[in-house]
Amino acid sequence: MPPQPAIHVAALRKTYGRTVAVHDVSFDVEAGEIFGLIGPNGAGKTTTMECVEGLRRPDRGVISVLGLDPVRDAYALQQRIGVQLQAAQLQKRIKVREAVAFWASLYSKPADGDRLIEQLGLTDKRHAWFMTLSGGQKQRLFIALALINEPQLVFLDELTTGLDPQARRAIWDLVRGIRQRGTTVFLTTHLMEEAERLCDRVAIIDHGRIIDVGTPADLVRRHCPERTVIVETDDPAAAERFSAIPQIGPVNRTESEVSLHGRGDDFVGQVIRCVAENQIHVIDFRTETPSLEDVFLRLTGHTIRD
Amino acid sequence: MLRGLWRLTWLETKIFVREPMGVIGTVGVPVLIFIVLARMVAERRDAGPPDMPPFIAGDLPILGAMFIIATTVLSLVTIVAVYREGGILRRLRATPLRPPAILTAHVLVKLLFTAITLLLMFLAGRRYDVGVDGVPIVSFGAALLFSTTAIISLGFLIASLVPTARFAQPIGAVIIYPLIGMSGLFVPVEVLPPALQAVGRAMPFTYAASLLRGIWHGETWSSHGGDVLALTLIFVVFTAVAARVFRWE
Repeated sequence: MPPQPAIHVAALRKTYGRTVAVHDVSFDVEAGEIFGLIGPNGAGKTTTMECVEGLRRPDRGVISVLGLDPVRDAYALQQRIGVQLQAAQLQKRIKVREAVAFWASLYSKPADGDRLIEQLGLTDKRHAWFMTLSGGQKQRLFIALALINEPQLVFLDELTTGLDPQARRAIWDLVRGIRQRGTTVFLTTHLMEEAERLCDRVAIIDHGRIIDVGTPADLVRRHCPERTVIVETDDPAAAERFSAIPQIGPVNRTESEVSLHGRGDDFVGQVIRCVAENQIHVIDFRTETPSLEDVFLRLTGHTIRD
Repeated sequence: MLRGLWRLTWLETKIFVREPMGVIGTVGVPVLIFIVLARMVAERRDAGPPDMPPFIAGDLPILGAMFIIATTVLSLVTIVAVYREGGILRRLRATPLRPPAILTAHVLVKLLFTAITLLLMFLAGRRYDVGVDGVPIVSFGAALLFSTTAIISLGFLIASLVPTARFAQPIGAVIIYPLIGMSGLFVPVEVLPPALQAVGRAMPFTYAASLLRGIWHGETWSSHGGDVLALTLIFVVFTAVAARVFRWE
């Protein structure tokens, strides 16, 4: 029997009045992975996540989280999961250490709050009011609160939205650290770079439906198999030699560069073999691989920022 | 569950006193207005025959108490609106805390400051000798806290109505102050138009004013059983409605 997934969602549907926020969503999150739900704002990411957390009651569908029903077993589940909510604040004048201590007091087996504060780099700020913290510090505090009960599963909703690149990178390291503790991470993001760098697997959601699920590399391979190789060379016969590669696409020659378009993982290898066999003199060599951003565009017909 | 409630109440108390404007608004302003009125009453009384409206002369402490209730409930409405808008309620709800505990903590903080305000008013009343001596202050305090609790259930209904935190205070004031006007404190309920009389009878202020006035003048709780019953009933009904319509986000 395969191990039980941390989260199982099947045929989830959620409407607000006449607006259908989530049409029909199904996916599994495996224990120990970082799983990302990615899509533009309004795609249904947060609604889906809040249904899984037990904060919203779905209209239809089956959700199982750590083997529990998030609505029926809400309080049992709260002890075992940690959440960070999108755009949530704390009391303006609550101190960092007070917040961590209060949260710790709500759980039956809390982590060491002071150690957590230290691990998240907030020791200098432990007596500071919430309102005086920077965006990155606030998010680190929310991560601390999400980890205070040593959860098996952590939910992070748009964790780095609004942060500068440096703070964002620091948060990514923290999230990788959470996985290293053996905790499963379920996150949402509309930043493709974040998904690509952080997630073991992603589900692409658009207009309340899951379009595809897989590792970022799998999704790129499946939906955007094009590869471009750019070879800088002074060999005038190079373009002709490369054109002999089976199934090669357009070959464009400029002053000093040849760009080669092809498909599949094997394409780069074929180009390298062609270089070696023909002893083409290469000055520089680089490849361009499509990203999740391109996958998203291909699957939905619009960019994620639309 | 109860431990979480006490801890949150203590935490919210500390957070509340860190904001000077909030403390001045809920404790300072009612006490200050009471002192101004008390001095006025004292001066007029010393000057000669009383010619001031009866509610100022006889019911000043009741007026003060109603004012405490109004500022308390308005402050609660504002805090709930601010917490909702900032997603603080949402974040607290995503913990093992039971939702009623999150709101009850705020009620307890408000009742604590209601008691403190009353105590300060009482001390001010002694200083200006407006007839607070010999008044059953503990019993009156209990009546005030009881009335406040009933009226807070109306506060949660108002908090469910206000669209944003910005409008919480003005909308709350527009609802609460006219209701106090219909409570029989300024003019007897009987002289109001029938429609306003009906509103007055459905709202807790009328019974609160009657209960507070009676206890202040040394009447027994049992002689105000009707007021107590009405306030309890209003509390139960408003709380039940508020629990259904309350918005956490």
